[in-house]
Amino acid sequence: MPDAPGVELLAQELREAHGDAILDTEFFRGKAALHVAPAAIGEILETLRGQGFSFLASVHGLDYYPQEPRLGVHYELLDMQLLDRLTVKLRVATDDARVPSVTPAWPTADHQEREVYDMFGVVFEGHPDLRRILMPEDYEGFPQRRDFPLGGEPVFFTYNEQRGTAYTR
Amino acid sequence: MEIVRREKAGGADSDFRIRQLRARDLLRGDLEGQDLDQYVEQRVLTTTLDKAVDWARGNSMFPATFGLACCAIEMMSIVASRVDVARFGFEAFRASPRQADMLILSGRISIKMAPVVRRIYDQMLEPKWAIAMRACSSSMGVFNNYAIVPADKFMPVDVHVPGCPPRPEALMHGILKLRSMVQEDPTLGWRTRYGAERTVEVLPEDSERFDQEAAVNVFRPGDTAGA
Repeated sequence: MPDAPGVELLAQELREAHGDAILDTEFFRGKAALHVAPAAIGEILETLRGQGFSFLASVHGLDYYPQEPRLGVHYELLDMQLLDRLTVKLRVATDDARVPSVTPAWPTADHQEREVYDMFGVVFEGHPDLRRILMPEDYEGFPQRRDFPLGGEPVFFTYNEQRGTAYTR
Repeated sequence: MEIVRREKAGGADSDFRIRQLRARDLLRGDLEGQDLDQYVEQRVLTTTLDKAVDWARGNSMFPATFGLACCAIEMMSIVASRVDVARFGFEAFRASPRQADMLILSGRISIKMAPVVRRIYDQMLEPKWAIAMRACSSSMGVFNNYAIVPADKFMPVDVHVPGCPPRPEALMHGILKLRSMVQEDPTLGWRTRYGAERTVEVLPEDSERFDQEAAVNVFRPGDTAGA
């Protein structure tokens, strides 16, 4: 892991290349993270690849409800020589959830970006085949968003009915 | 030392010998009149064809080789030696739904999987039965959320076996319930329970048949399985 000064140095290097795209740095519980602007994510990951972070371990989505902008996408990078890990985070709003796709440069992101799209509705622009991956094609809504109802079927058990605690409705 | 020989009480051997001789007489045509009547009364069992067929069906169901989730492990173990389902004639798991009589829904069924399960059920030949094993496919259990659908919503289920997962003995009990249902009261099938007597099943493709005859199906033409 880059330590706390290490991530500052890394951010400084990236600021020289990408200017304002680096919004913030974070070092929490031994884990370094960079907050970046969504538009520059492709270039920033390319620069980091040049720095040794050559493996994109995971792409996943988050919902920060009720904070704004709500949606987040995290890119977990791994430097396999130094065993360094780095998280690159970005935030987008729900009404304009557009992020450039990194699939052309990192083929492993293909299914993971589809999953983030499926569950959170983040549109990855430039993705070669952005379809739902887990839910049915005609499903409406993005089920992992926090304002999405839990769903399910009302199940009435006699026990709960008698006690007036039929909580699933 | 003296060896004492003693006759066995009851004379079972001689009874057997008498039965043998009478059977031989019958086959030769020597038994006549009252002897013949008595022999037939003792030896021949009469039943109806329906009952005989139900008896045979209930004792030789072939489940489909179809596992959905963790319950499939429990389903597999009912054919193992501890609860040996082969004792009752259910051991022949068939890899093709066209050869199977019974579908065991062993796991949660997602909205995306439901059309697949339904198609497998439709491919099975009548008479066919379904067991919803575990909580997920009946009341959805811990997976009561946006992605899962209970089996009753898209196909008829004859026996529900609750549990998470149910032990193999519980599934065995469900299978034996199904057997007694088939053997003792064949009208207790899903058509009775769903009010679907004298109906046919219609695939979504044959949409015009809906207008021609009484049809039962969860899919109306144009419907999809999505939410």
